[in-house]
Amino acid sequence: MSDHAHAEHHEMPFWRKYIFSVDHKVIGIQYAVSALVFLLVGFSLMMIMRWQLAYPGQPLPILGKILGDTAMPGGVMAPEFYNQLGAMHGTIMVFMGVVPLAVGGFGNFVTPLQIGAPDMAFPRLNMISYWAFLPGGLIMLASFFVQGGAAQSGWTSYPPLSDIAPAGQTIWCFGMVLLITSSLLGSINFIVTIVQLRAKGLTYWRLPFFVHAQLVTAFLLLLAFPPLEAATVLQLMDRLAGTSFFLPSGLVVSGEQLKIAGGGNPLLWQHLFWFLAHPEVYVLILPAMGIVAEVIANNTRKPLWGYRLLVYSVVFVGFMSFVVWAHHMFMTGMGTTMSTFFQTTTMIISVPSVIILTCFIMSLYGGAIRFTTPMLFATAFLPMFAIGGLTGLPLGLTASDIYLHDTFYVIAHFHYVVAPGTLFALFAGIYYWYPKATGRKLNETLGKIHFWASFVAINFVFMPMFFQGMAGLSRRLYDPTIYAHGRGVQALNVVISWGAWGLGLAQLVFIVNFFLSLKSGARVAENPWNATTLEWATPSPPGHGNFLTEPVVYREPYEYSVPGKANDFSPQFSPEGDGPARPQPRGGA
Amino acid sequence: METAIPHLVEPHPVTGIPNGKFGIWLFLASEVMLFGALFSSYVLIRVGAPHWPPEGGLSSEVLNVPLGTFNTAVLITSSITMVLAWASCKMGSLPKFKLWMAATVGLALVFLVVKYFEYSDKFHHGHFPSHDNFYGIYFVLTGLHGLHIVGGIVVNTYLLTFGSKLWNVDREWFTNRVENAGLYWHFVDLVWIFLFPSLYLL
Repeated sequence: MSDHAHAEHHEMPFWRKYIFSVDHKVIGIQYAVSALVFLLVGFSLMMIMRWQLAYPGQPLPILGKILGDTAMPGGVMAPEFYNQLGAMHGTIMVFMGVVPLAVGGFGNFVTPLQIGAPDMAFPRLNMISYWAFLPGGLIMLASFFVQGGAAQSGWTSYPPLSDIAPAGQTIWCFGMVLLITSSLLGSINFIVTIVQLRAKGLTYWRLPFFVHAQLVTAFLLLLAFPPLEAATVLQLMDRLAGTSFFLPSGLVVSGEQLKIAGGGNPLLWQHLFWFLAHPEVYVLILPAMGIVAEVIANNTRKPLWGYRLLVYSVVFVGFMSFVVWAHHMFMTGMGTTMSTFFQTTTMIISVPSVIILTCFIMSLYGGAIRFTTPMLFATAFLPMFAIGGLTGLPLGLTASDIYLHDTFYVIAHFHYVVAPGTLFALFAGIYYWYPKATGRKLNETLGKIHFWASFVAINFVFMPMFFQGMAGLSRRLYDPTIYAHGRGVQALNVVISWGAWGLGLAQLVFIVNFFLSLKSGARVAENPWNATTLEWATPSPPGHGNFLTEPVVYREPYEYSVPGKANDFSPQFSPEGDGPARPQPRGGA
Repeated sequence: METAIPHLVEPHPVTGIPNGKFGIWLFLASEVMLFGALFSSYVLIRVGAPHWPPEGGLSSEVLNVPLGTFNTAVLITSSITMVLAWASCKMGSLPKFKLWMAATVGLALVFLVVKYFEYSDKFHHGHFPSHDNFYGIYFVLTGLHGLHIVGGIVVNTYLLTFGSKLWNVDREWFTNRVENAGLYWHFVDLVWIFLFPSLYLL
């Protein structure tokens, strides 16, 4: 066991260096790249679904033949396949895309650098986290190929439907257990790293906001995921051992009474699921806010407005996120007392979210803003998240939720939070930290094309959904034209679908840029953005052990444009607080 | 710069503990949430049932209370031997550590053997998890707890055998590992202390 201290030596074989690596930077990149691939897969599923929604019952050109007769008889999408695409789109995007990118990717790569640590506290545990995540994700994808197809009971997997669904649901449960295990191990690692491994002088009030956001996120993962693990175990028991935890007595399926003991409670699943899944919403959004904070401070050349307010708010959001879950369940008949309680907590949690957004907007005020690609994405995050957040209020009020529940309005609401919100912030992070990870910048022109095309297209996708939802159109409808009130807004579905396919095209620009810049992007030195936080004290890309000399922190994280200084940035690691002067000699690299 | 991870062995000046101990406490926090969620599910299902156990009678008549009591005693004793194993490390005696650790593993095995007889008796009478939610909850909770016992046996056996080589390299580090394993073991015992009355007696 003494190999800890001298485990990492220079000539490591390929598989130790790039595959089963214990280096947080390699693991972070592994997470990020896998998550980006999963995001593309999840998005592709949705682009296929959009055909059925825009042109219900018409054969899908080309792909319709490739996907085969079970999924697409005669090129027309089967309803069961539509349900699989929907359930797996949600599962992939949330559990295999956004969270692994935001926490596994950015958290792993950036956090130890920003706190001045040589690595995570438990490097091997970190490796195990990734190698629990990847098989979990692959198992999920493999479920498309089993008898009866993938999970098809929605990404929320509500019983009794999910209890009696085909085998794909069992695989969903196993995949979920692996993904949860990965997140749990990761969150333990993050908390210990942030608390124990901060550099000398890096007090809590000197931590970059990104690290605060990651710390709160890790606590949410640590405490919210186990109940879903418990729920998944119970669902597996229902499916494999014939128990009735979620099956009520006298359940009738296809006209026949099921031969089960009964006495279970379908709402139990919903409580356990949402006890995870509401904190999960904040797991999706908090790291994104952290990234936006870094990018905004760097590109406005000003300290963040209300740094301490931001930190207090993010902690308060984290705490409150554990007591709002049942606002997803107003329509289950759980009683007015419960509904009133959760309506109240939901209104309370919107306050710190608004404070965070306000701080970001105030940070822009009076700044000489550099509109780099990361800044474009970070700026766009603000109104997009505002739309997503504010449209959530009518859903949190029981009276208006009765009408809007389970309509396209809900889809528009949370996609505004997660897609042009979180995902734009994650793109900002990719453009911002790509030079640190690779030593080269992403191409700015392609980046701007990517941004503007995505920004326009994504609003064509989600804005019309508000109108469809207010017209009463239900989510998860295989054919939206079967109801008269759906036919009135069917034209919007065509707009949305073309918007989605356009959004897909815009991502091709990013993919090209990503690989092109690996080879031919402009080379950068340590600190290409003239930033102040510790990760910019390391070489780009940082070697094993990260820092050339032990970093010491002298000041707060966002000291930009300090009066009387020669440069407009005073790095945390600079004792004089003057510009690019670094205490790190380059020797020894 | 090749840097070792700080606070691998020596405590952090502010938190007062090394990384491993902090990590195990966080892990136990997540375990509390895991078993907490299952206990809550148990409460919800039981409250919704017209009678518990659903087929009539009392929990204490359906489950074997003497065997459960015996197992409770076994686990509490194993917690004591675990502390003694750690104390032996603290006092610098590896042979004593091995003795007490072997006792801990032995008692854990006794627990599992008793559990095996309890389970096979239930199966023998056709009482599988699918029988009703009483048995469903019983098997899920005790089964998951049993898996935690197995995990503890694996960790403790490792510390007893290959893991004890660390003693010759860094005594403090090894002692910390024993302490962490002990924290986990006490937690597993504690879960049983809750499981036994709420499943067998109430």
